[in-house]
Amino acid sequence: MSERSSLRLAVLGVLIVSLLVTMVGRLFFLQVVSADVYTQKASANQYRYVVTPATRGLILDQLGRPLVANRTSLVVSVDRTALAKQKDKGVAVLTRLAKALGTTYTAISYRLEICGLGSHEKPPICWNGSQYQPIPVAKDIPQDLALTIMEKRSDYPGVSAGLEAVRVFPGIDGVNAAHLLGYLGPVSDSELAAQKAAQQSGQLTAQDELLQRTDLIGRSGLEAEYDTQLRGTPGVKQLTVNQAAAVVGTVGETQATPGDYLVTNIDAKLQAVVEKQLYAGILRARSQTDKHTGQHYKGDSGAAVVLDVTNGHVLAMASWPSYDPSVWVGGISKKEYTALTAPASNYPLISRAMQGEFVPASTFKIVSASAALQNGYTANQTYQCPAFVQVGNRKFSNFEGEAPGPVDLAKGLAVSCDTMWYKIAFDYWLRDGGNNPVAKPLDPIEKMARSYGYGARTGIDLPSESRGRVGGRAFKTALNAQLHDAWCRRAKTGYPEVATTDPRRANLLKAYAVEACVSGGLYKGGDEVNLAIGQGDTVVTPLQVATAFAALANGGTLWQPQVAKGLVASDGKVVSIFKPKKNGTLPVSKANMAFLRSAFSQVTSQPYGTGYNPFKGFPLAQIPVAAKTGTGQAAKSGDQSTSWFATFAPANKPKYAVVMMVSQGGTGAGTSAPSVRKIYEALFGVTGSTVDPTKSVLAGGTPATKLPTVLADGTPVYPGMPKSVAAAKPVTAPAATAGANDAASPNPGPSSSSSGVLVALPVLLGAGLVGRRARRDRRSRAPDVRLWSR
Amino acid sequence: MTIGYAAPQVARRPRSSSYLRRMDWVLVGAALALSVIGSLLVWSATQGKLVESGLDPQSFLKKNLINLVVGIAFAVLISRFDYRLLRAYTPILWGASILGLLFVLVHGARINGAKAWIALPAGLSLQPAEFAKIAIILGMAMILSEKRDAENEPRDIDVAFALGVAGIPIALILVQPDLGTVMVIATIVFGIIAVSGAKARWLIGILVGGVLVAFVAIQVGILKQYQLDRLTAFTDPTQNGRTTGYNTQQARIAIGSGGMFGTGLFHGPQTQGHFVPENQTDFVYSVAGEELGFVGAALIILLLGVILWRAIRIALRASDLFGRLVATGVATWIAFQAFENIGMNLGIMPVTGVPLPWVSYGGTSMFASWLAIGLLVNVHLRAQE
Repeated sequence: MSERSSLRLAVLGVLIVSLLVTMVGRLFFLQVVSADVYTQKASANQYRYVVTPATRGLILDQLGRPLVANRTSLVVSVDRTALAKQKDKGVAVLTRLAKALGTTYTAISYRLEICGLGSHEKPPICWNGSQYQPIPVAKDIPQDLALTIMEKRSDYPGVSAGLEAVRVFPGIDGVNAAHLLGYLGPVSDSELAAQKAAQQSGQLTAQDELLQRTDLIGRSGLEAEYDTQLRGTPGVKQLTVNQAAAVVGTVGETQATPGDYLVTNIDAKLQAVVEKQLYAGILRARSQTDKHTGQHYKGDSGAAVVLDVTNGHVLAMASWPSYDPSVWVGGISKKEYTALTAPASNYPLISRAMQGEFVPASTFKIVSASAALQNGYTANQTYQCPAFVQVGNRKFSNFEGEAPGPVDLAKGLAVSCDTMWYKIAFDYWLRDGGNNPVAKPLDPIEKMARSYGYGARTGIDLPSESRGRVGGRAFKTALNAQLHDAWCRRAKTGYPEVATTDPRRANLLKAYAVEACVSGGLYKGGDEVNLAIGQGDTVVTPLQVATAFAALANGGTLWQPQVAKGLVASDGKVVSIFKPKKNGTLPVSKANMAFLRSAFSQVTSQPYGTGYNPFKGFPLAQIPVAAKTGTGQAAKSGDQSTSWFATFAPANKPKYAVVMMVSQGGTGAGTSAPSVRKIYEALFGVTGSTVDPTKSVLAGGTPATKLPTVLADGTPVYPGMPKSVAAAKPVTAPAATAGANDAASPNPGPSSSSSGVLVALPVLLGAGLVGRRARRDRRSRAPDVRLWSR
Repeated sequence: MTIGYAAPQVARRPRSSSYLRRMDWVLVGAALALSVIGSLLVWSATQGKLVESGLDPQSFLKKNLINLVVGIAFAVLISRFDYRLLRAYTPILWGASILGLLFVLVHGARINGAKAWIALPAGLSLQPAEFAKIAIILGMAMILSEKRDAENEPRDIDVAFALGVAGIPIALILVQPDLGTVMVIATIVFGIIAVSGAKARWLIGILVGGVLVAFVAIQVGILKQYQLDRLTAFTDPTQNGRTTGYNTQQARIAIGSGGMFGTGLFHGPQTQGHFVPENQTDFVYSVAGEELGFVGAALIILLLGVILWRAIRIALRASDLFGRLVATGVATWIAFQAFENIGMNLGIMPVTGVPLPWVSYGGTSMFASWLAIGLLVNVHLRAQE
């Protein structure tokens, strides 16, 4: 054999070795270097997740009355995978089902489209959940149809009927509380994307409770604030699927854990009274005539807050206009949403109590009086209260130009003298250097305002609270920093665009700009005067006023208002009790606070007090009411005055703070005070002039100190329960007597006979408040839905 | 050393004891190991599907073991076959394989788009193209090792004749069409002609000719679109999501997710979930990758390397050119077919349906692989005489 042959054989050998090396190299790259990439791809391939939503926790009032409950709705679901196995891909079954439901085959098949896969419309027409779980196609179906579907399996293969929990608002005593409770909305794509990003960056791990595609989450109010606690943990079944996407087996399964029950400090009955009285105040305003405009007061909106002054518990909080929270259940329609957000509706979604900002007017004198007493003035000295006072080049006058003559501090507060404060404020302003301010001005009123919590969020456990604003020196400085350049530009250019239509106004604006350009940042005497009487740039929320009055009432503790009291698990175990949180302490001496409490009680008790008339006949001897009226000059020209009535009682041993505000509502005494009186009558059990604590709207006459009992099956126990329980479960039980025995047994077990189904239904309905039991039962009842039965 | 075709050599058949003693046990051991690993992989790949279909979960394993035993029997038979008789029977063998290829074109069963199988009773089937490889190796080796002039270089007429011997079956296989086998045979032809000592211009000519034929085939449309898709799919695995690219993608996911040590036999989710089609035959290597990991998958390459090392060694030590060319043919066959199969599993070679020798499920492939061992052993034993 030739040399050439051997040489070529050797070359062949080298070539073969290079092929082998290539293979091993590529193998190493795939299996060792990029193993993670492919492992991830493989698991995306092989696993599918079926999510069983957890039953959302209830929201209870302080006694356990449900404010938000779950209603069970009979739902028809269709299993796509089961349909796919049928010869005609389920056309016959769906046609039959459509006929029974009174709809069309097309309508049902649209609902079975997976969002994003088909060409059909966006949610809620398509299904935005997993294609491996039964897809609900009809809710609130008649019971006889549900029974037919359950029994005639052969007619409806792949179709199942079961119970599903949806939010319901029992509305005990007509309570609405929409702004407190909030509503649910579906998870958005951006939230899921954000969650995915957080997972990938390692901020979230698989152990965190993750949002699922099908979740509804709280979008406002308590539903949003306590969303994670209320939502519970969904049950997840991890399935392995094969290449044809058929289920091969179950890898793991976690049971759904129902959400915790949120117990609030709200008393449903009190809340109902407060809502009613707020609306009465609105109507009262509308029946009165505004002397300045000659028109009826508009009474466009209002708010009322009742706090427990000893701990900051929110016992009731109402805002008007309101809306029916059930419009959100099952998805809001576009029409309904437009109605809720249109200007004509005056924005009922906004809670005026904590999101509305209003001029505090004379209610702000709680701050001015505290500041004066702590800074050189005394209770008993004589204050002049002329009809008007000249400050600089501005003339400040008393409300309606009244002149009660010389007064002491208590009477000055009771008659709501403004002019005495102008002098005090001007003094403070001069002391701080006047137009040439000292380096470290004392600003006693502004500092006191902040101590009372104004200009800062109270921290109430509700989302999107407003901050308000203290119109003092700091605000002025900040405003100037922001607008100085614009002012100076306008000082040069003027307002030509205004001048074309209103040359007089343009001149005024230009003059203001010229002055502001030079001295816009200057805190003027007039500013301090306005601050002292709660006019000008200061705005507050009704909730801030309530917490401020509560702080004075309880001896100086500024509590963070709390709507929620605690969490109870759905099996009745107490999860947590929220302790009161201190926001701060008033820098006011005990003696001064005691004086102020008695001084404010003169508002209702003395004939010269601004709140005397509305409280005529009220048993003030037993329950002295400390109060301050407020009639705010509107911030916008053309608007009518804001009516305030801020109170606490009993003034000698305060328990509650009650504040009401009606926007464009007239005087505090004329519009709000009568409603506040009614609220106190309800709180203390006042009839005429007699006090009977047993007649209090609060059971036992005081707010409950303990959390209400929740039974192991998830039923909350509360006074007057049997009737109310029925209200919480509006689906009428068809055979309540038959269900009575079964309801006692924790697990009724599957029934196959028709009477068995009938018996089981009320049991399921009874367990509707408890997710677990209903689900377990539903699962055992649907053996041919293969995802459930494996 | 030149051994004439008719030289009267004493043709004693080696006694059994010396047959076993002089056996290349490394070669046989490696092939046996591959066959055992292959059987396990076939078992793992098929048992799940069989259970689901309500069949005996071991039925593929059993058939594969039967194939293995039959294959080993063939190997023993051919390794003990008289060397010169082998040469003498070669034309008959070649003719038989041509007949088989013709038969398959007329009566063959079409599987996966190719008429490559002859259905036999009892659910068995034969793929004549596999045997054609052996016929071509023997035929070319015979022609190119004919007694010739002292320069020890095949005459042009011999080379042309040898190309004709290979060309006829290649043409028949192309008609099936079985592109993968054609590629393997083309490599064998090139390897044998190269090692036969033919002039370099023949090698260049074959290369250029091959490229030209391929070009014309694509231009004229002899190659069907799916064949082109298969050939190009590996360059872009995302194309053809559900068809050709899907196989390679899933195979690669299976292999990649196996990691260093694999998921363990019967525990690969990709394999058990039937994500990789044909994973008992063409894509059996993906099962190794996923369930046995890098360690197991690399071991298969190592064992193939051992077989190829022994094959080249046998070719180098062969007692005559015929033996050398037979061993060379077997080496190029195994090397290229293994590279083509594993390469397509790894996504670096186009998808052409060639089995992985000894490992893939399939009777004909198993018989042919073991016949290859038999031929190598025959050449090996002859060299030691």
